[in-house]
Amino acid sequence: MKTFTIGGIHPPESKLTASKAIEKMPVPSEIVVSMSQHLGKPAKPLVKVGEEVKKGQRIGEADGFISAHVHAGTSGKVKSVKSVPHPGGNYSLSVTITTDGEDAWAEGLNTAPIDWKGLSKESIIERIKDAGIVGMGGAGFPSSVKLSPPPDKTIDTIILNGAECEPFLTADHRVMVESAEEVIKGLEIITSLFQGKAKPFIGIEANKPDAIAAMKKAAKGTGIEIVTLETKYPQGAEKQLINAITGRTIEEGQLPFDKGCLVHNIGTAVAIYDAVSCNRPLVERVLTVSGMEISSARNIRAVIGTRFSDIAAFSGGISEKTNQVITGGPMMGRSQFTLEVPITKTTSGILFINNAGLESSRERTCIRCGKCIDACPQGLEPWLLGNEAQFRRLDEAELYGLANCTECGSCTFVCPSKRELVHWIKYAKALVNNRKQRKTA
Amino acid sequence: MEPVKLKVSYAPFVRSKDSIESVMYNVALALFPATAMSVYYFGIPALLVTITAIASSVGFEWLTDKIRKKPDSCLDGSAVVTGLLLALNVPSSLPLWMVVVGSFVAIVVTKHLFGGLGFNIFNPALVARVFLLISFPVAMTSWAVPFAVDMQTAASPLGILKTDGMAALSNFSYMDALLGKTGGSLGETSVLALLFGAAWLFYKRYITISIPLSFIASTLAFTGIFYLIDPTTYASPLFHFLTGGLVLGAFFMATDMVTSPLSLRGQLLFGIGCGLLTAVIRLWGGYPEGVSFAILIMNSLVPLLDKWDLDEIKAKKQKSLTTA
Repeated sequence: MKTFTIGGIHPPESKLTASKAIEKMPVPSEIVVSMSQHLGKPAKPLVKVGEEVKKGQRIGEADGFISAHVHAGTSGKVKSVKSVPHPGGNYSLSVTITTDGEDAWAEGLNTAPIDWKGLSKESIIERIKDAGIVGMGGAGFPSSVKLSPPPDKTIDTIILNGAECEPFLTADHRVMVESAEEVIKGLEIITSLFQGKAKPFIGIEANKPDAIAAMKKAAKGTGIEIVTLETKYPQGAEKQLINAITGRTIEEGQLPFDKGCLVHNIGTAVAIYDAVSCNRPLVERVLTVSGMEISSARNIRAVIGTRFSDIAAFSGGISEKTNQVITGGPMMGRSQFTLEVPITKTTSGILFINNAGLESSRERTCIRCGKCIDACPQGLEPWLLGNEAQFRRLDEAELYGLANCTECGSCTFVCPSKRELVHWIKYAKALVNNRKQRKTA
Repeated sequence: MEPVKLKVSYAPFVRSKDSIESVMYNVALALFPATAMSVYYFGIPALLVTITAIASSVGFEWLTDKIRKKPDSCLDGSAVVTGLLLALNVPSSLPLWMVVVGSFVAIVVTKHLFGGLGFNIFNPALVARVFLLISFPVAMTSWAVPFAVDMQTAASPLGILKTDGMAALSNFSYMDALLGKTGGSLGETSVLALLFGAAWLFYKRYITISIPLSFIASTLAFTGIFYLIDPTTYASPLFHFLTGGLVLGAFFMATDMVTSPLSLRGQLLFGIGCGLLTAVIRLWGGYPEGVSFAILIMNSLVPLLDKWDLDEIKAKKQKSLTTA
């Protein structure tokens, strides 16, 4: 079984919803479509208050090269265009739509599948861009940009990330089981962009045998290799996944295409198929609703812009003990301050939990046990980076490989002194960024 | 829906169950077989020494926290482990007030004066042992005889070897040494009980094999060379393994997280250094036993060993910056 070479941890898997089929959530009475659902500049809103919109209609225009279009998730009337809470932890400009219940598609969208093999490379990328597709695993990097690497980089390996190593999350897992054909077709579209010079892989952690079986069956005769990966966090982190499957190491400052690799998420592949073959923009996604404090944990397909409060209600409500709501997985997710936030293109899950350690936790001094060093998949010295960050010694922190941290949180998971190592590291990174911006300004 | 009060905190939102407490109390648990064996051999005095050492260590920890205005750490288990290790490092016949002095040196002087848990350079229990050994040499080298009825004392096997040479060891029994039926400190005696406890710590992954292995291997190799050269003057490596504080030191003192190196290379060098120094002191030093001194000397090199690794990381990065 393949795995990455250094570090890694084994948090409790907690995959409560692994065997629950994806349920379609009805469109709520109101949706909130954020203009910042991707890495890069927010989209510019194209609609005004009171305007009627159709499902799939572009309501936000990509602003610049690294940005993405945003579409209305259903038909209705624009209620407001203003800054509202965003699951990223801040506020962002968003279009709130009062839905009309008809869920009517805009003209020319959601057509019968066409044979994409007749399309040129440029028109495929154009369709992906028009559909507003971004990496749905969490980072939200615009896919059309990712699929157009600089001409001097040769891509020989394309990897679909089916590791889903975060505890609780089962969205990619269920998509692989239920929509194996679409995943394969999406990957075939991606591979076709590289003129058959790239070998396609799908990496899946061993704790999803049904997904592995389904994908193997669907991949028969396509040349796609299904790779079973050891169940170990962070197997699904881009750098670790590349290392596990190809043995290559992405050095500090390098991007995957520097080592001939391109990694896409399972959900992204399906979205690419939908966009290229059926002209369907990215307006809904599959996500896991889980945690110990939700009445009925499940996998749902919901319209992007659906509020957390609506999803909680759809899932039977939450218990009084809930004290944290997390977007994404428990290792790298973010805790929310309100349930009014909407899901975005990158929301892979929502967890409703009672974090008992919250009250008692106090950072203690490092006892030099070295567990963080053993856990770090990037071969760093997290205890030291934490110290340097706490004392604002940014130059030192950079010399010890600050930029090489992928923020997976393994160090913080294992620390017996409960130090907030990854938080301190993120803090130092933010300070370094600020400093750079000041220098260039 | 009823609004719930949400709290915002940092990722990750799941944490391992390991804590300072779980580390420390597992070390204490691992020392239990050896402690039980010493009480079995040396009786009530051994129990009194153990209880006094732990209670006074925890007491000093509490007091120092109060004076330093630090959050209470007396129950985090580290003082318990220090007290227990101190007890295992002294003879059962040691007057109890001396044990309390030892706890003071360990907790207040060695640990808190350097900044408390995580900041001490030297192993607190070992500094206390050496302090007592230098201050009260007679009391610290009067070893009770196992199963003694009156306060009968005898020399330890290493002591006999140092003062009287190989000939005096004619009735030394390897089996007795393995089970702990020899004169010595509480925890220096039963190698079997110590190994049993160490196995638990390996199973729980609280200690790594690198330090004890390199420590013991280098002691055995070094004493073995001289045993091969002249078996009439030098004792066998097996004798050196079973006597004195080698097993206690290698598995429970040298592996102390705070005072040992972080990298594998550092740990191996640290262990080899401990082993060589132990052998040198045992073979030619003024004291019969060298484990404590060896570990303390190597403790002082730990910052240097760590710095070596970190400097390499930095140098590599700087090189990549200049070539880029």
